[in-house]
Amino acid sequence: MSLRHTLLAAVAAVAMTGLAASAQAKTEITWWHAMGGELGKKVEEIAANFNKSQDQYELKAIYKGNYTETMTAAIAAFRAGQQPDIVQVFEVGTATMMAAKGAVYPVYKLMNDSGLKWDPNAFLPAVVGYYTDTDGNMLSMPFNSSTPVLYYNKDAFEKAGLDPNSPPKTWQELAADSKKIIDSGAATCGFTTGWQSWVQIENFSAWHNIPIGTKSNGFGGLDTQLTINSPLDVRHIGDMAAWQKDGIFKYGGRRSDSAPLFYSGECAMYMNSSGSYAGVKGNAKFAFGVGMLPYYDDVKGAPQNSIIGGATLWVLQGHDKAEYKGVAAFFNYLSSPEVQADWHQFSGYLPITQAAYELTKKQGFYEKNPGTDVAVKQITLNKPTENSKGLRFGNFVQIRDIINEELENIWAGKKSAKQGLDDAVKRGNELLRQFEADNS
Amino acid sequence: MHKRVTFRHPLLPYLLVLPQLAITFVFFLWPASQALYYSVLRQDPFGLKTKFVGLQNFERLFSDPTYLNSFDVTIVFSLSVTLSGMALGLLFAVMADRVVKGAATYKTLLIWPYAVAPAVAGVLWWFLFNPTIGILAYALRSLGYDWNHAVSGTDALILVIVASTWKQVSYNFLFFLAGLQAIPKSLIEAAAIDGAGPARRFWTIVFPLLSPTTFFLLVVNMVYAFFETFGVVHATTSGGPGQATTILVYKVFNDGFIGLNLGSSAAQSVILMVIVISLTMIQFRFIERRVQY
Repeated sequence: MSLRHTLLAAVAAVAMTGLAASAQAKTEITWWHAMGGELGKKVEEIAANFNKSQDQYELKAIYKGNYTETMTAAIAAFRAGQQPDIVQVFEVGTATMMAAKGAVYPVYKLMNDSGLKWDPNAFLPAVVGYYTDTDGNMLSMPFNSSTPVLYYNKDAFEKAGLDPNSPPKTWQELAADSKKIIDSGAATCGFTTGWQSWVQIENFSAWHNIPIGTKSNGFGGLDTQLTINSPLDVRHIGDMAAWQKDGIFKYGGRRSDSAPLFYSGECAMYMNSSGSYAGVKGNAKFAFGVGMLPYYDDVKGAPQNSIIGGATLWVLQGHDKAEYKGVAAFFNYLSSPEVQADWHQFSGYLPITQAAYELTKKQGFYEKNPGTDVAVKQITLNKPTENSKGLRFGNFVQIRDIINEELENIWAGKKSAKQGLDDAVKRGNELLRQFEADNS
Repeated sequence: MHKRVTFRHPLLPYLLVLPQLAITFVFFLWPASQALYYSVLRQDPFGLKTKFVGLQNFERLFSDPTYLNSFDVTIVFSLSVTLSGMALGLLFAVMADRVVKGAATYKTLLIWPYAVAPAVAGVLWWFLFNPTIGILAYALRSLGYDWNHAVSGTDALILVIVASTWKQVSYNFLFFLAGLQAIPKSLIEAAAIDGAGPARRFWTIVFPLLSPTTFFLLVVNMVYAFFETFGVVHATTSGGPGQATTILVYKVFNDGFIGLNLGSSAAQSVILMVIVISLTMIQFRFIERRVQY
């Protein structure tokens, strides 16, 4: 054998081993998430199952703390050039992520670039609508979405002589039922609420088909203004302030701090996320039921549909093509009916595709767990309108704080409903103008 | 003639203070200059667009009535935390100093709370005072006071003051105890022989001799109340109800790390820095004169 042949053979051998090595090395994808506890374990399980389902990519799911901590961590990492491929961001961070053009890789683009088969119409419009641009393109991948529902204490209803299988449908009925419950001594308070801005302002507006802000709730542009001091909002918040004096309503604090009021039996009804189902089930020592949010029956167009909360998965720029292909493959896996149905049934979050909902129905899950389908029915009650598609306001984390503060001023009797909501609009609009100036 | 320490090599003294200088630079000068730099900018969270805005961030803050309101809240909060924390620390130290049997156990128990993280301390007191399930709220209700920190601003402020104070009492206790043990017993005995009662002995001998400790703790507690208490507020009231517990440092944290409003947050921390530096200077200039070392 001549020297040339030996050389060629050697080169070929090296090339072969090189190929073999690259086929073995998996492309690593990182996913920063905010799911602690049981949900966190489930996320790990989803990642492990995805890794088992194929041999090209290795998905690493990393817990980074609560929603704000995860988002802040991802942003800091981006500034340092160390960003993950995927980050889970809560719904109020949507405007911030959207405005960061050049930092995010919109999901519809990612899926198209990947060449993988994918159908944006398979997703539930009420879920996906929150995360699309004005042309209806999906910007992030919905992961855990929920919507507020009404939990009620069936035992207290029975004790007060009410039908335990028919929760109040309207606010008028809810007030009347509460009075009966209090008078009969079945409970000392009618109802309480978690996440007051999300439930009693944002969802209240969507449910009654009135805007939360101009420019289609902010979807139409950064020059949006809040409209949560509309006559109907003032009426509702004014009613709640009046009910508070009669004990029909009791304020239990921000976030889900009001939960103990319901668990202890003090309040007979409780409005909070459908994702609280497991918590209610674990803590309530009484029979409970789930109903839709109440509405004012003299308002035309109510009930419309409720809007969601929760979080989605955003893809960050700055990685190579192979990783993004892996991300696309994972998103396809994640939205498959089996994975979705399992996640939905385990967590109480909404299914994100029609197929996952149908599969859950077919498996008989809703019959075995009555009330778990109320959330899906509620968000799909009507085709979402401009007012009920969702909202997109910059600096909204801080605006929610402002709404919380002003509502608390109303509950404490320091301000009238009109005054408090006017102030919330004024202060909120200032933050919207800042966001507009910072991003234009 | 002056007594001077001389080094064999002219660079050696600089080398010896270098670690200290490095620490000051990395942990104080560098972050402080960054805060100053960001306070005159507006920037989106990702750092993609940066604009120089001069003093606009400061102007906006001082024309915001809610920001001015949080000054009032901060003054009430900081004074309460500092004074009650030091008073309780001193009281416990004097008591523990007199205990003979099981002294070590008492001391250990009193020092424990210092090892608790601020957020955990906050949650703990939040549970105790929870209007529905809290044992202290229950006790207060049976005394005829309807405690509800979700609605009442006064209740909420008391809650964060109690939680923040509780955490700091241990620290104060430790220093006061050490200070007490450094006071010569002979002085106190002499006063006792002269017929001074315990209260008189305390105010005329012990308290003045403790003044270096007291002064040191005053500075440290002020800094604690101004800078390190946002964890307690974050875990309990989130600044509410209304803005009843929004202290300056919590607003810095909330606007910066939760709201991602970096320019405003940096401007606020510059303001806070100026306040604390001037407070410390005042303390050193006017109060330290009365301290007897």
